[in-house]
Amino acid sequence: MLERVQSERTQTDRTMIEIRDVTRSYGSFKALDNASLAIREGEFFSLLGPSGCGKTTLLRMIAGFDTPTSGSIAVDGHPMDGIPANRRPTNMVFQSYAIFPHLNVEQNVAYGLKRLKLDAGAERRRVEEALAQVSLTGLGKRRATELSGGQRQRVALARALVMRPKVLLLDEPLSALDKKLREQMQVELRRLQQAVGITFVLVTHDQYEALAMSDRIAVMFGGKIAQVASPKEIYQRPVNRQVADFLGGMNFVKAEIVEENGASLVLDTLGFGRVRTDKPRAFVRNGGAATLGIRPERLRVLWDNASAKFEVAGKVVERHYFGEITHLIVEIPGLEKPLSVTETNDFGADDIPVGAPIRLAYDPEALVAMAD
Amino acid sequence: MTVAAEGSPPLRMAGSRRRPLLQSEAIQGFALISPTFVYALILLVLPILVVIAHSFWTQNYLTIDHTFTLENYRIALTEPIYRDLLWRSLYISLTVSLLTVALAYPIAYFISFHGGRHKSLWLFLITIPFWTSYLLRVMSWKVILGYNGVLNSGLMGLGIIDEPSTALLYNSTAVIITLTHAWATFAILPIFVSVEKVDRTLVEAATDLGDGPLRSFLRVTLPLSAPGVISAALIVMIPTVGDYVTPKLVGGKDGVMIANAIQAQFGKASNWPLGAALSVTAMIIVSLMAGGTVLVFRALQRLAR
Repeated sequence: MLERVQSERTQTDRTMIEIRDVTRSYGSFKALDNASLAIREGEFFSLLGPSGCGKTTLLRMIAGFDTPTSGSIAVDGHPMDGIPANRRPTNMVFQSYAIFPHLNVEQNVAYGLKRLKLDAGAERRRVEEALAQVSLTGLGKRRATELSGGQRQRVALARALVMRPKVLLLDEPLSALDKKLREQMQVELRRLQQAVGITFVLVTHDQYEALAMSDRIAVMFGGKIAQVASPKEIYQRPVNRQVADFLGGMNFVKAEIVEENGASLVLDTLGFGRVRTDKPRAFVRNGGAATLGIRPERLRVLWDNASAKFEVAGKVVERHYFGEITHLIVEIPGLEKPLSVTETNDFGADDIPVGAPIRLAYDPEALVAMAD
Repeated sequence: MTVAAEGSPPLRMAGSRRRPLLQSEAIQGFALISPTFVYALILLVLPILVVIAHSFWTQNYLTIDHTFTLENYRIALTEPIYRDLLWRSLYISLTVSLLTVALAYPIAYFISFHGGRHKSLWLFLITIPFWTSYLLRVMSWKVILGYNGVLNSGLMGLGIIDEPSTALLYNSTAVIITLTHAWATFAILPIFVSVEKVDRTLVEAATDLGDGPLRSFLRVTLPLSAPGVISAALIVMIPTVGDYVTPKLVGGKDGVMIANAIQAQFGKASNWPLGAALSVTAMIIVSLMAGGTVLVFRALQRLAR
C-alpha cells in the first residue's frame, strides 16, 4: 500500500461545496436521490461507489454540466443555480482527458487563459508554472497526438490547475492508466493537492484509490450517500454490509441484539459468543437482528500451543496462495458461512494443510456491528 | 543465402522472396483494385489523354491537322469571350461553394448535435430531392424565378413590387441559386460526418475552461470539423465550374458558362481542338483553385488557434 501524506495543513473548517437535498431524476429513475454533503476547503474528497451509483452525476452537477431536478448546490458560499459551467469557479479533469487534438501541449494548457487576456509574458509564466507542477517542463511544443496516456493526464491536470480554480473535479482520472502508473499517479496527485491547497473532488470506483488519496470519502449506492467519513473510519467502521463489502473483504456473522444503550451494543452470535461492541454513529435498529463483521486480516492464526484471550476454533477447508499472503477459508462449528482469513506468509501459513484443525485469535475491537 | 535461410530464422527479405508471387501483399492489393483500375484507365485516363492530344492539333474543315501547335491555347487564354466565360464560371462556382457550405453547416450541425434519435431520419429527408430528376429540379426553379413565377407573384401580392421583376431569371444569380440548392446535400453529408466525429467531451472541456457556446464552437468544433468543410467546398466547387445544364436552362445570355462554350466547339462550331484546349485550361484552373482553397482553409484553421 501507499504511504499516506498527512494533510492537516491544507484543510480548513470552511465549507467549500454545499450540496443540499439534491435529486436528479431521469423519468422515474433517480440517478441521485436526495443527497446532502458538505465538502471542506482544501480537502481531498472522494466520491466512491460502483458504476451507476450517481457519483459522476453529482460531479457533473457541481461542474455545471448537469442540473439538479431539485435541491441546490453552492460553491464557496455562492449558489450555483442557473450559473453555466463556463462561469463556475470549478475546473474538471475528464475521464478521457479531453485533450484538444488540434493544439499542442502549451496551447492546450493556455486554452482557458486566453479569455483572461493576460499579457504574453504573464500567460507564458503561468503555463510554464503549471507544466512544471505536473513535471511536463520542456514538452510544451509536443502535439497532443504524440503523448502517452500518463502525459495526457498530466496535460489535463495542468490545463485545469492553470485556471487556479476553487475546486478541481476529477472524473476517474486514473482509470485509463496501467496499474503501476496508476499507483504512482495516486501519490503524485495527493502531493500536488497538498502543494496547491485546492479542494479536490475525485470520482472513483476503486476503493484503494479512494483510501490512499482522500481526506474523506463519501460511499454511494443507488443514488444515495451511504456513509461520509475518513478512509480509516470507512474501512474499520462501515455503516452497513454494502459499504463493508465494497471496501475489501469482510466476514459477516448473524447476530442478535441483547442490549442497546447510548454508546455500545451487546450482541449474541453463534461463533463468537456474546460480544460487546461500540455502537456505530449511524446505527438504526431494525428489529432484534444485526450483523457482526470482521475483516479477514484481523483474524490471526494461532500456532501450536499459543493461546489468546479471544479465539475461535475450526477446520481449514480451502487455501489460496497469493505470494506474500495466503487466504484461508475456515469452517467454524455453528457458523452457516465459513470465515475467510488473510494471513501473511512469514510463519508458514501457506503450508497449513487443508483439513487441518485451526484456532484463530481476534481482537474484539475489530468486530463491527452493522444494522441489518 | 541458402545458409542463412537454413540456419537462422529467415529474415523478412529472404522470406518474401521465396513466397509465391500471388501471395505477396502488394500483388494481392493490385489484384483487388484491378477491375476498377482498368475501368478508370479506359474511361477516365484515355479520354483525357485524347482531349489533351486534340488540344495541340488544328481543325482543318472535316479533317484534323496533327501538327503540334499552341494556337488553341492562345485563343483560349486571350480571346475576351473565353476569358470572360472562364472568369464567370470560376466566380459562379466559388460563390456557389461558399454559399452551399455556409448554408449546409448549420443543418449538419443541427442534425449532429440536436438530431437525437432521429439522425438517420433527418439525413434521409435531406436526400429526398434526389428522388426527382435534376432537370425537373432546375425546371421548378424556372417556375419559382420566372416572369410570372411564384416569387414574382408573391412579391406583387404583398405589394413589394408593382410589376414582375426580370432580374430573377436568366442571369448568373439564377444559376447560383439553382446550383446552391442542387448541391446542398453533397455539402451537408461530409460536414455532418466530420461534425459527428468531434468528441463532445472536447466541447465540454472548452466550456469548463470558460468558453461560452459561440467561443467553444469557433475554437473547438469548427477547427475540428474543418476537413469536412474543405471536402464539401471541393465537392461542390469542382463539378460546378463545368456545369452545362443549369446555365443552359436558367442562365440566359448573362449566365453562360465555359462548359456551354466547350459544348459549342464540339458541336455546332465543330472545332474540336479549340474545345479541347478550353477543357484543359478549365481543368488546370479548377485544380489550381481547389489547391488554393485547401491552402486558404488551412491558414484559417491555424489562425483560429
